[in-house]
Amino acid sequence: MSELQTAPVPRRNFELLLLVLALGVGFAAFYLVGSATDEVDHTDFIVEMSILSGLALLLHVLLRIFAKYSDPVILPITVALNSLGLAMIHRIDLSRSTEQSFRQLIWTGIAMLIAAVVLWALRDHRNLRRFTYIALLVSILLLLLPMIPKLGVTINGARIWVRVAGFSLQPGELAKITLSIFFAGYLSSNRDLILMAGRKFGPMQFPRMRDMAPMVIAWLVSIGVLVVQRDLGSSILFFGLFIVMIYVATARISWVVIGLLMVVVGGLFAATTMSHVTRRLNTWINAFDPEVYHAQGGSMQIVEGLFGMADGGLVGTGLGNGSPYRVPLANSDMIIASFGEELGLIGLAAILMLFLLLVTRGMRAALGSRDTFGKLLATGLSFTLALQCLVIVGGVTRLIPLTGLATPFMAAGGSSLLANWIIVALLLLISHNSRRPMSGSVGPTDEVATPGAASTKAVKTK
Amino acid sequence: MNQAIRRVWIALVLLFVICFGGLSYIQFFAAEQLAGNSLNKRQLYREFDLPRGAILVDGKPIAESVPTEDGQFTYQRTYNEPEAYAHLTGFYSLANMSTHLESELNGWLTGNDSDLLFDRLSAMFTGNSSEGASVELTIDDRLQQAAFAMLPDDVMGSIIVTEVKTGNILAMASKPSFDPNDLSVHSTKLANENLKALTEVRGLSPYINPAIGNRFNPGSSFKILDLVVGLESGEYDLDTAIANPNEVNIAGARISNFAEGRCSTRTEASLRWITANSCNTPFALMTEKLGNTPFEDVAERFGFNQQLSIPLSVINSQFPPNMDAGQLAQGSIGGFDNQATPLQMNMVAMGIANGGVIMQPNLIKKVIAPDLRVIEEPQPKEFSTATTEEIADQVAELMKEPVQNGTAVRAQVPGVDLRAKTGTANYDVNEEGHGRTVNSWITGFAPGNDPEVAITVALQRVDYNTHSRVAVDLMKQMTEAVFNQ
Repeated sequence: MSELQTAPVPRRNFELLLLVLALGVGFAAFYLVGSATDEVDHTDFIVEMSILSGLALLLHVLLRIFAKYSDPVILPITVALNSLGLAMIHRIDLSRSTEQSFRQLIWTGIAMLIAAVVLWALRDHRNLRRFTYIALLVSILLLLLPMIPKLGVTINGARIWVRVAGFSLQPGELAKITLSIFFAGYLSSNRDLILMAGRKFGPMQFPRMRDMAPMVIAWLVSIGVLVVQRDLGSSILFFGLFIVMIYVATARISWVVIGLLMVVVGGLFAATTMSHVTRRLNTWINAFDPEVYHAQGGSMQIVEGLFGMADGGLVGTGLGNGSPYRVPLANSDMIIASFGEELGLIGLAAILMLFLLLVTRGMRAALGSRDTFGKLLATGLSFTLALQCLVIVGGVTRLIPLTGLATPFMAAGGSSLLANWIIVALLLLISHNSRRPMSGSVGPTDEVATPGAASTKAVKTK
Repeated sequence: MNQAIRRVWIALVLLFVICFGGLSYIQFFAAEQLAGNSLNKRQLYREFDLPRGAILVDGKPIAESVPTEDGQFTYQRTYNEPEAYAHLTGFYSLANMSTHLESELNGWLTGNDSDLLFDRLSAMFTGNSSEGASVELTIDDRLQQAAFAMLPDDVMGSIIVTEVKTGNILAMASKPSFDPNDLSVHSTKLANENLKALTEVRGLSPYINPAIGNRFNPGSSFKILDLVVGLESGEYDLDTAIANPNEVNIAGARISNFAEGRCSTRTEASLRWITANSCNTPFALMTEKLGNTPFEDVAERFGFNQQLSIPLSVINSQFPPNMDAGQLAQGSIGGFDNQATPLQMNMVAMGIANGGVIMQPNLIKKVIAPDLRVIEEPQPKEFSTATTEEIADQVAELMKEPVQNGTAVRAQVPGVDLRAKTGTANYDVNEEGHGRTVNSWITGFAPGNDPEVAITVALQRVDYNTHSRVAVDLMKQMTEAVFNQ
């Protein structure tokens, strides 16, 4: 990652070029799906792709106006992933006679519009810092919403949904943003305190007990999510987020050690006392046992996903030519397996590379950011994207137990789309802030140490 | 702080690399192993979405894949003469696997056989879905339908008609039968319900073709082999009178002649007369005289104790080796553990009819690629040389007797020189609900001077009092059907 000594250039035309490429990928995917399945009526996919293109261009124009120095790669990658996801959901629809892609399109539209609103209304990510504790309150509210009787519904054993006016929402998806904001705000204000105090113990400096408080709260929240809502995926996600943000704020590996110890304790606790976690572990380890395979809620889903991916092999069956619809939840939790089957190892590796690139651009925005809050927020948000992707890919490949996390931008599901598009909007704003030319007129700066440190670093690397 | 961010990034890159490793393992290194996993039904699913080749009889499909809109698969396997052919075609089921020809011919029907490699490659490049080959059977539809129709609905029985010079199977019908359409439905639940209903039918298994999958005591029809043993030994001829006591005791085994027959009228008789009336004691005495070896030897040459594929796999008929003297005496008249499939006794008749040479029984006439090219046409081949032409001719002459003057006179068809041997073996003295039950056989060939077909009727566990003559009557009807009378 090179540093920010190069002269600031907007690079919006480059973004437009990439955007055209990304939309081309989407069109190609839809065309392949249509031709492989003998779909006679092409209006559906033309409408879907046109709406997506229109919204992508709208975001592009907004970026030209409000954040013209933002990273030119982030939006095109997101659009490419989103349109690939839409094409796959459409493809599963055709085999299953479902209507998921229409819903997904509406949600994509809503998500992109809200991302546009965020760009337009927020302008500068630092405005969020004012809402540090409100963000905490909102996070708690969002996590508690599904527990309210009548409002919350239990789907597939996890109570993480609310149903409003016919729409199912996962408020927890949004909590990962508000929690990132809270942690970024809290840590950027208190990091000096946390850094100063502490006891040295061997090579590592350990924090004071009272500075541990937020960490402990975070841990309790994660366990609470796991116990009460039975949502292993979100639990892992939240806790990972906390550890990483505290680590980045303090640069002390001791936090990671403590965090991982807590994971071990929490994991052992969950594995031994909570039946649904025990069952999931058994399903993971003995996936190919016929008894486990045939059991209700057994390993059938993951094993069928593995069979599908093995079927796809190196080059895949081609979009529309495989049978990914044989895997339960082929268009949401298991969409990675669907891509693995139809696009092969090569196609799936390309998708993973897109995710890694997106995460890298987010981290780069964090590196370049001139304020601690921005650094922490960008790291947290990028890490959230990365961890969702890693947990789900690890799950479908049976590296770790499968959990019900959504593949960002691809899996069918409105809340996840909405949350991840908002993350993209925030990353765009932070990257704009870190790449734009320095000038006296750039709003409040809360920190002077970081840009200085960054530039000495840059001189060193030159 | 930036150092920490970089470290987080490096950690994430490492995790992505691990995920990529996991994907490579599944999609590349372990792909074949996963494809072969017994839980993996993807190959099967693919088959169900492709046009499977038809099974043809006289050019008409008895099993074919018909496009369907049931939403689960593209094609539905359909059987056009379901019950008459059920034990040959078998069924084609997702839930319970496929059976019989649907299973044995799967490579051809799906187009996966190596002979169809070229067709598969061209289908890949033209983008057409690859089609399976069709298989035409040697079955004569008219004879198959006639055989199936004449078998009474209340018996467990099989009728087999084969060409003695080629081994081609012209008819192989059995009852009770079933409708393979019921078992080939795509719904697992419905298929299982239908399968369960069939298990309650007496003597029926949709997994077993009785003509080649059931073996039971052949009774006196086995005496054809005894005659070969006797004549080969040189100690017997057709006309010399030999001892025919009413009862003999061989090493404790009491063998007697059938009380209701004519055997008791003579204490000495020629092989002709003995064969006509199916007397037991002379053959028991023959075992005492000649010992195990020649019997085991002849049984083996005619196909006992051997695996056979037509290409349905035929279970081996058994003539146990090293029986003691009493067991051998009983075995020689088709008792004890001497058990034969209906096809085995048909092969015995084929061997006698064809000058001692048994042609390999075969169901496949030709395999036709989707472009109508014939890719396989099995040629007649010898199964074994069971005996010399001279001995075969003598036995053929003896087999005239039962039809002319003996146990099979009711099978006489005017103008057709039928040669045959009957057999009746006790199954149970008092089977619940059926009284005294027997296995009732007749196997033979026609015409005598230039044999064309071997015909076998085998009925299992039929009521002796009501059905003892059914097999012989069916032989007559089948002979009439074959010779158009």
